[in-house]
Amino acid sequence: MNISEFGVWLIILIPLGSFILNGLVIRPFLPRYERLSGWLTILALAIAFGLSLMAYTTVNDAHGPVDFGTHEWLSVSGLTLSIGILLDPLTAIMLIVVSGVSLMVQIYSQGYMKGDPSYIRYYAFMSLFTASMLGLVTARNIIQLFVFWELVGVSSYLLIGFWFTKPSAAAAAKKAFIVTRFGDFGFLIALLALFAEGNELLDIPTMYEQVGTIGATAAGLIALGIFAGAVGKSAQFPLHTWLPDAMEGPTPVSALIHSATMVTAGVFLVARMFPLFEAGEYTMEVVALVGAFTAVFAASMGLVAHDIKRVLAYSTVSQLGYMMLILGLGGYVAAIFHLFTHAFFKALLFLGSGSVNHATGTFDMRYMGGLRVVMPWTFTLMVIGSLSLAGIFPLAGFWSKDEILAHAAEVDSNIGWIALAAGVIAAFMTAFYMFRVIWMTFGGEYRGGSEAEAAAIVADGGEAPEVHGHPHLGESPWVMLAPMVILAVLAVGAGFLANPPVDIGVSDKHEFGHFATGNEIVFIDELADEDKVHEAIEHAGAAPEFNWNVAVASSAVALIGIYLAYLMYGSKKVSPESMANRARPVYTLLYRKYFMDELYEDWIVKRFFYGGVVRAADWFDRNVIDAVNVKLGLWTGQVGKGLGQVQNGQTQVAGLAISVGVVASIAAFLVWGS
Amino acid sequence: MFEGWLSIIVFLPAAAALFIALFLRNDSQIRWFAIGATVLNLVLIVITYADFDRGAGGVQMVDRYQDWIPVDGLRAQYLLGMDGLSAPLVLLTGLLTAVAAFASWRITLRVREYFIWLLVLETSVLGVFLALDFLLFFIFWEIELIPMFMLISVWGSGRNRYSAMKFVIFTLGGSAFMLIGILSLFLSSGVDTFAMVSIPAEGIDGIPDLIAGKDLLIPAGVIWFLLFAAFAIKMPLWPVHSWLPDAHTDAPTAVSIMLAGVLLKMGGYGLIRISVGMFQETKGFQVQDVAWLLATLAVVSIVYGAIVTLRQTDLKRLVAFSSVSHMGFVVLGVSSIVGVGGTVTQGGMNGAALQMVTHGTITGLLFLTVGLVYDRAHTRYIPDLGGLALRWPLITASMVIAGLASLGLPGLSGFVAEISVFLGTYEVWPWLTAIGAFGVVLAAGYVLWMMQRTFFGPRNERFQDIEDANFVDMIPVAALVISIVAIGVFPKLVTEVFKVGISELVRI
Repeated sequence: MNISEFGVWLIILIPLGSFILNGLVIRPFLPRYERLSGWLTILALAIAFGLSLMAYTTVNDAHGPVDFGTHEWLSVSGLTLSIGILLDPLTAIMLIVVSGVSLMVQIYSQGYMKGDPSYIRYYAFMSLFTASMLGLVTARNIIQLFVFWELVGVSSYLLIGFWFTKPSAAAAAKKAFIVTRFGDFGFLIALLALFAEGNELLDIPTMYEQVGTIGATAAGLIALGIFAGAVGKSAQFPLHTWLPDAMEGPTPVSALIHSATMVTAGVFLVARMFPLFEAGEYTMEVVALVGAFTAVFAASMGLVAHDIKRVLAYSTVSQLGYMMLILGLGGYVAAIFHLFTHAFFKALLFLGSGSVNHATGTFDMRYMGGLRVVMPWTFTLMVIGSLSLAGIFPLAGFWSKDEILAHAAEVDSNIGWIALAAGVIAAFMTAFYMFRVIWMTFGGEYRGGSEAEAAAIVADGGEAPEVHGHPHLGESPWVMLAPMVILAVLAVGAGFLANPPVDIGVSDKHEFGHFATGNEIVFIDELADEDKVHEAIEHAGAAPEFNWNVAVASSAVALIGIYLAYLMYGSKKVSPESMANRARPVYTLLYRKYFMDELYEDWIVKRFFYGGVVRAADWFDRNVIDAVNVKLGLWTGQVGKGLGQVQNGQTQVAGLAISVGVVASIAAFLVWGS
Repeated sequence: MFEGWLSIIVFLPAAAALFIALFLRNDSQIRWFAIGATVLNLVLIVITYADFDRGAGGVQMVDRYQDWIPVDGLRAQYLLGMDGLSAPLVLLTGLLTAVAAFASWRITLRVREYFIWLLVLETSVLGVFLALDFLLFFIFWEIELIPMFMLISVWGSGRNRYSAMKFVIFTLGGSAFMLIGILSLFLSSGVDTFAMVSIPAEGIDGIPDLIAGKDLLIPAGVIWFLLFAAFAIKMPLWPVHSWLPDAHTDAPTAVSIMLAGVLLKMGGYGLIRISVGMFQETKGFQVQDVAWLLATLAVVSIVYGAIVTLRQTDLKRLVAFSSVSHMGFVVLGVSSIVGVGGTVTQGGMNGAALQMVTHGTITGLLFLTVGLVYDRAHTRYIPDLGGLALRWPLITASMVIAGLASLGLPGLSGFVAEISVFLGTYEVWPWLTAIGAFGVVLAAGYVLWMMQRTFFGPRNERFQDIEDANFVDMIPVAALVISIVAIGVFPKLVTEVFKVGISELVRI
């Protein structure tokens, strides 16, 4: 059954309706029936997921984009903004990922958020968050996309700061919003510049057709502005600092932020604007280099973090760097494919860390250990997720990572080699830190959980953290495990089954690649010459040859990483402490996150901007502007003398003086006028 | 609508004030009566707004008494009329006055006088927006000072008398320039009318048409600057903004709502109607010549205002400085009047007009919420607050919505206005617009930081026994939130009217 335009709007409007019902009906009028809000949200997302599947089949039947036309939203002379639905393969894939993963997360939250005093608010914001992301991926006009882009940002702000009584949560929420806003500033300027190039270019399908009319330099600058937005949202260097702090939100929120919504928006945006990036000068190179650098840079910080969610956060940044680097090399399909598989295993890993937290009351791996015995399901599922992320054959992560590396190997340029090297190094680090997590969390003996953590903090002279669950070791309830099982199945199968290198029964050879490149105009200016279209789509990586060298090499690197993690944290033949001591400066650099937080927050924001610029401006306003203003005011104002009287308290007199003044001016007017 | 309709709208509040003065003695009665009068006037205004014919355009519902001041060669008329530019501002005034009346619910000091002045204030502001005779416009403009002065100096707090007087002196200073400007314009052009626009149906030729291409005794540039000075002070524009923070800080809540929500828009309205509307075809000087100056002052106001806002520790002062920044967007939009290559796109002008309405509702909501906090906590000093969210969820929700609207969140009205201004102005002033757009980042900084310090963090034990906002408190909040969301989602509600007025006003 094919979906109508209204059906696609419903994908956004139904979760949005759930937000409104939760906020305006259940919260004020039915607070005692809070379970309703969870069921309502899950029902809304289930419908949205069903409609997303319909959208997928519609695109699949059409073998390309479906044109629904536009609607005028704002129209004044010289400024007309339209909105509409852009339903193409990229949208269809994103819809399924977003609504599907979100649905799993909402079901999981039934267990994880049970008993939270703000249960209704949680589901209200989660509905808004998902609705915004669904709106983002279906937007046809770039301004419309920007609207949902900002709404995604604000929902994440509300969710990261969900436990706002914790000062660190309130600060992390603010940080996330402001840091990403720096990127959004670039995005905004790019929109303005694109509009100045041609008003109709804001309509994305029109932009695809007319991208050739924009000069290479202009297109490059516009694309870089858009990329700045993507860097902020996808937490790429140098705007990555907000993401690790965003852990302050409830864990299911992190799972959603890191897998399907929020951070993937940046990669999606670059893919959505792909022709503009290809048309621009040097833009693809910048994207590739930023991605390559971030992939290694973020992974290196993950090597030493003690907080399980932080390790996963750095892993997300690093994997998004993977997607960016391959987009910059033209590997459209590989990037989207990795986004697709990553969503499943990363959501699984985060939900797993939440399950661990449910039992131990802490996220600090130093106080975990031995959990494989008490929570065998969580253990197994986490291992599956880690293997998939590490790219071990034949799990989903292997296929998508391999496609990225194989594509990078084919690009015979300096940047291609840099990207390939970065990809391999990051692959090694990823395998190492994920299995460091596995052994520290599930291996060895239990080390006391949140109580041990609190004791250690107090022993260190600090204050014991306020919000802390007490450890009650045991497996999480089924309502939490079931969504994880589904995600684990996808983390295993979503790679080979979706995009196999040979024909298999359930799907054709390169099925995903052929589907993802269905909107041909994205890859070539004109659709006139069929051979050239075919070539362009091949170039985007629709059907890459399986590269044995890369596959073997990357697998070997990953296995070495796992083995090293085993030596250090499993069998303990190599002592991590002595390694850290031997390379103390490097360790400190990594552990302190390259001092980027200090650079941004202490030096640039606090000292330079707030302590310097803002203070100077405030001084200037009070002592120069106001002083001069008052002098001028006394000089021009005819009632200057009134000030003295007023300070004596005779306000009535002054009021009268004004009235008299007004009448006098009018009288004067009449005299002069005649 | 029948003739006299607009006069009813303008003078209904004044009549209600007179009724209160003559017949009502009981405080509670006076409150209900005043609220009822403002709500009734809002209803009439909504009917008028709906009745405004967008297709026909032009000045509608003209209300005219030709021989108002029958002096030879003067022809000052009593002339009221509504066009696409004034209609939304009249609607804004009606809405915000009703909101301000509700927000005055807790006033106990000299209740009768308080509401009388509030109602007189509404009449004078409606008069400014609807008067189409320059002299009548000036009189309404001046009358507004009296109730404002009284409201701040009697019902204000802190250095209320100083601030009230500062407000009056600044505005009177501006008015002096305006009066000289009007006089010079009238005398040096030799026209015999004060009509601010042409109304063909009434046979009225307005000043813009009469002085187009004509030699003026006093250079048009001088006259323009005299008039502009008055509007710049009123808006206020950097560097003549320093009366605003003081007036706001010491004014009672409802008066801050009126001041930021409506009175500042008199400056923006004057800028568009007079500084732009009358000086596009004057000889020797046109407003296009100084568009660069408008753009520069606008950008300085936006960035400077935002930077100084970051430093504020008093909630009201903070919102007041943010107004300096946000009114800068109005001027930035207006600066697009110079156009590119001889064509003027009206996106920037429309954005400027829309920004006046959105800033009115958003800042109104901000002040309303600050007032709700102040009523309970008896302090507006941010370091003394913090952790209010758990105890006062309704007030917090109100502030979160107002704050997000203020930082330009899409889906709320501020975004539509800002994006229109940016899109319309970027082609004309790319660099200045880009710098101005950075104000959006700074806005996120001061809004979110303020919310973090005021509402989030550990539960504040000091205010544990004080209740959240009640039903009556939430009525005006709901009214403003609905209007903010409505314009944010369906901007055509307002832009379809504004664009009629702007397209008639842009003559090149």
